[in-house]
Amino acid sequence: MYTTKYHKASDAANAASLLGASPEAKILAGGQTLIPTMKQHLAAPSDLIDISGIAELSGVTIEQRKKLGVLKAKGGETITIGATTTHYDVANNADLAAVCPAITGLAANIGDPAVRHRGTLGGSIANNDPAADYPAALLALGATIHTTSRDISADDFFTGMFSTALNEGEVIKSVSFQAPANAGYGKFPVPASRYAMVGVFVAKSIDGDVRVSVTGAGDDGVFRHAGLEAALSSDWSSASAAGVNVGAEGLLSDIHGNAAYRANLIGVMAKRAVDAA
Amino acid sequence: MTEGIGARVLRKEDKRFITGKGRYTDDIIEPNQAYAAFVRSPHAHANVKGIDASAALAMEGVVDVLNGHQLTGDGIGNIICGWGVTSKDGTPMNMGAWSALATEKVRYVGDAVAVVIADSAEIAKLAAESVVVDYETLPVVVGSVEALADGAPQIHENAPGNLIFDWEIGNKEPTDAALASAEHIVEMDIVNNRLAPNPMEPRSAIATFNESEDHYTLYTTSQNPHVARLVLSAFYNVAPEHKLRVIAPDVGGGFGSKIYIYPEEITCLWASMKTNRSVKWTSDRTEAFLTDAHGRDHVTHAKMGFDKNHKIVGLRVNTKANLGAYMSLFSSATPTYLYATLLSGQYNIENVYADVQGVYTNTVPVDAYRGAGRPEASFVMERMMETAARQLGVDPAELRLKNFVKEFPHQTPVIMAYDSGDFAANQKQAMDAADYKGFEKRRTEAAKRGKLRGIGFSNYIEACGIAPSAAVGSLGAGVGLWESAEVRVNPVGTIEILTGSHSHGQGHETTFAQIVAERFGLPTENVAIVHGDTDKVQFGMGTYGSRSGAVGMSAIVKAMDKVEAKVKKIGAHVLEASEDDIIIEDGAVKVKGTDKQMLWHEVGLAAYTAHNIPEGMEPGLKESAFYDPSNFTFPAGCYICEVEVDPETGVTKIIQFTASDDFGTIINPMIVEGQVHGGLAQGIGQAMFEGVVYDPDGQQLSASYMDYCMPRADDVPMYQVMHQSTECPGNPLGMKGCGEAGAIGSPPAVINAITDAIGNNNLNMPATPSAVWAALQEASKQAAE
Ligand SMILES: Cc1cc2nc3c(=O)[nH]c(=O)nc-3n(C[C@H](O)[C@H](O)[C@H](O)COP(=O)(O)OP(=O)(O)OC[C@H]3O[C@@H](n4cnc5c(N)ncnc54)[C@H](O)[C@@H]3O)c2cc1C
Repeated sequence: MYTTKYHKASDAANAASLLGASPEAKILAGGQTLIPTMKQHLAAPSDLIDISGIAELSGVTIEQRKKLGVLKAKGGETITIGATTTHYDVANNADLAAVCPAITGLAANIGDPAVRHRGTLGGSIANNDPAADYPAALLALGATIHTTSRDISADDFFTGMFSTALNEGEVIKSVSFQAPANAGYGKFPVPASRYAMVGVFVAKSIDGDVRVSVTGAGDDGVFRHAGLEAALSSDWSSASAAGVNVGAEGLLSDIHGNAAYRANLIGVMAKRAVDAA
Repeated sequence: MTEGIGARVLRKEDKRFITGKGRYTDDIIEPNQAYAAFVRSPHAHANVKGIDASAALAMEGVVDVLNGHQLTGDGIGNIICGWGVTSKDGTPMNMGAWSALATEKVRYVGDAVAVVIADSAEIAKLAAESVVVDYETLPVVVGSVEALADGAPQIHENAPGNLIFDWEIGNKEPTDAALASAEHIVEMDIVNNRLAPNPMEPRSAIATFNESEDHYTLYTTSQNPHVARLVLSAFYNVAPEHKLRVIAPDVGGGFGSKIYIYPEEITCLWASMKTNRSVKWTSDRTEAFLTDAHGRDHVTHAKMGFDKNHKIVGLRVNTKANLGAYMSLFSSATPTYLYATLLSGQYNIENVYADVQGVYTNTVPVDAYRGAGRPEASFVMERMMETAARQLGVDPAELRLKNFVKEFPHQTPVIMAYDSGDFAANQKQAMDAADYKGFEKRRTEAAKRGKLRGIGFSNYIEACGIAPSAAVGSLGAGVGLWESAEVRVNPVGTIEILTGSHSHGQGHETTFAQIVAERFGLPTENVAIVHGDTDKVQFGMGTYGSRSGAVGMSAIVKAMDKVEAKVKKIGAHVLEASEDDIIIEDGAVKVKGTDKQMLWHEVGLAAYTAHNIPEGMEPGLKESAFYDPSNFTFPAGCYICEVEVDPETGVTKIIQFTASDDFGTIINPMIVEGQVHGGLAQGIGQAMFEGVVYDPDGQQLSASYMDYCMPRADDVPMYQVMHQSTECPGNPLGMKGCGEAGAIGSPPAVINAITDAIGNNNLNMPATPSAVWAALQEASKQAAE
């Protein structure tokens, strides 16, 4: 690793100001992505700003839905997850599992135990790896990303592979979304890395809006799939998902699978996600 | 005797390994140690126009930056290939020069052009990045077929058309005639994928030059430290043998890749002399992908003929073997004598002919990797047999049974003389255990669940216990392949076995002790195995080719014979009995039929005090032996793999893997089963997960675990491993060897099973989900047409 200066930020605002102070500074959360890239000399931040100990950035809160009218339907709670909440803590939060099992299940299948104990939601979405799992969830759940300077909708936040709407000196504090009426995630792992070759997150809001996002497959990162959204909006069933003809245009080809294979997997994973929902 | 031959003795070495107390090369710290980092070519083929190391030299903590011109200027010799292969036309192979540090030209990505020596590994690495090399890039070729094509880039001047050798074996005209008149012909193109060896411990070396004694010490990750010393001394001119000590301490796996003497060890030794510092280098995982000798990489066309009774009448094979950018130590032998000599398989075939072209490409050198040539041979044979059965419409087990060699010894048309075996017995044992009869029912049941179930055989045979020295010498080997042992009985009766074999995961400390326990009736804890240090142990040939049992232990047996003879003489003398009446059992020397005895340690003491030994006898109790085998050994077996494929995704799950092996005598079944489990995982890895992928520019696209898929525990099934053995007549213990069989036998079983499941025989390794899915699409397209 190149030499770097380590800072322990006291709170989110302090982290943002330290980050803004140097153009080559970087936030350090779980370090599961950043440290390996530094070891390989692929990244050389001048300063590392460690946000791992900041209380206000960590944890899950679930706000019950205001009582109005019929209350039997599932979903609608407002879920907020702090940026430094680890994958392990998301995966093992029983309250969260009760209202949105799709996201706890997703977190439980990220990487290996070491990665899950260190890696964080904020780090995952800030990095926006084109094969990462959380971006798919946040996009399909219509989440809002809260930073030290503003709120950004997931639709605006993910701007292409390894690219986000974050400005310099901006730190993610948390994400929030409304618990869906129904949601599921189908992940097909790359055999070697076990990142997603294709991950499809399907979500239906309490208002009946359907959003479907795809990770791993796009040649420019996570994206929403209009064809699947239309099909599932009119008929929320795995048969309906399976009936969509998924094209290979805009999909990634690499040594693990070509675009045609990924297109096939999008259909299959969408079907399985609906089944799992 | 609970610890003798056949006992499941727990591995003596495991206490230190599983408690993290192993002592590996990188754990060794010398005072005043410096670190080496190599400047490696980012280009697969380029002329080196100049090296500017001024920025590196100016960095604090940098000791020196050394290059290939300095290295050759100091008389360090080129890296050799230890086996000369002669082409069809009688000409010797065309070997290009390989300098530990390239001077004029680089030929693969990772080729070292300079080395930085610095006070810390980090400084060395940073400084290496600052060395500016002026490259003039050249056209690149990565595949053996492309490299042989007209107009391909020329990699070594003295290997025109990149052809290193064009070698042949077997009886050509009779084979062609047999094929021409055959009733049925089966013809296939078969690719054996390139693998990266990936031992858990990366390669490492620490070299110390002691100026006052003009002496070098090298700790290194080697499977054969004695051979390393010989080669470093005789060919690389580092130092004469008596001025060079090579130690291979605990070594964390090798799989063949640590047989060879690489540029890095040579450079560390030389750099230690240049800088008067101990110089350490430890590969990181990326460097391992870029520089550890790869395995396999064959492109083969094979043609097999059958008569109307489905007897094989002939086999003709052509293989283009990619040897990479330089010829590694055994690179020429692996795709020739270790490969094509097994192209008769378990079958009685009168006519076999094979020719092999060894080819230079702009890739990492390719050499022996667990199985070395025999996995490639068994893949050809067993894919051919399964395919033939499908084309002839007969049961694959029946077809094999009909063609098995049934009488021994059996001379094949391709050099090998099989000494023993009972192939039908292994096949029957495996078929019963796998419930082959019930398969169609299981297939139907799986189909109801939407899954495609398939089953595949592999009846492999391989040649181990390498090798009779005179025989391999006549075939071009530069060394003899005997083994040495010394049995030292201490005055207190404990025993040290000094062996020329080297353990890097095989469990020699346990199994070797077991044969001593068996012979003298002693507990294994009284026996220590010493290996891996050229100052402690007599010259030996090391561990590879499943030779440490059949050859290494045979040498120990020979030395024990001599110890036993002397012990009996001492016993007879002290106990005043006839030598013929002396027996050794339960740790005592006894007079048969009486209660007279000496305890084992009393014999040791008698030998060393020499107060009362037979007149004229030398004091002491220490004997040595060299054992040269009379033949190869021939482990064989039958593997049956059963899979289920998910047609939606192409994901293959191995439901059951059954292995029936004939390893001859088994010393420690637990260790043997462990070797088979590991070998099977490696073979399944080759068949379904692993593969080195190059882009056309010669860059590895699979040079990390993000992209190179090693099999993991949840990828492999619970194996059914069993034995059905015939004793090997060629060595005193009757052993055949078990270290590579799993990796040799399993890939064809897996691919035969998957192709059976999907109904498309056109499937290359690794059969990843995407490859299987594509093959399924192809099959349904063909069905539609
Ligand atoms: C072996 C392995 C397997 C993995 N498998 C998967 C997988 O299957 N699926 C998957 O989705 N991921 C996987 N990952 C990635 C893992 O989820 C990482 O934890 C995650 O990508 C990064 O999180 P982190 O907290 O470690 O971030 P860090 O490595 O600390 O940081 C990553 C980047 O985000 C920035 N950053 C971090 N936090 C913030 C913040 N609050 N505000 C602004 N910027 C921030 C950092 O500056 C840095 O640029 C894997 C990683 C490994 C090592």
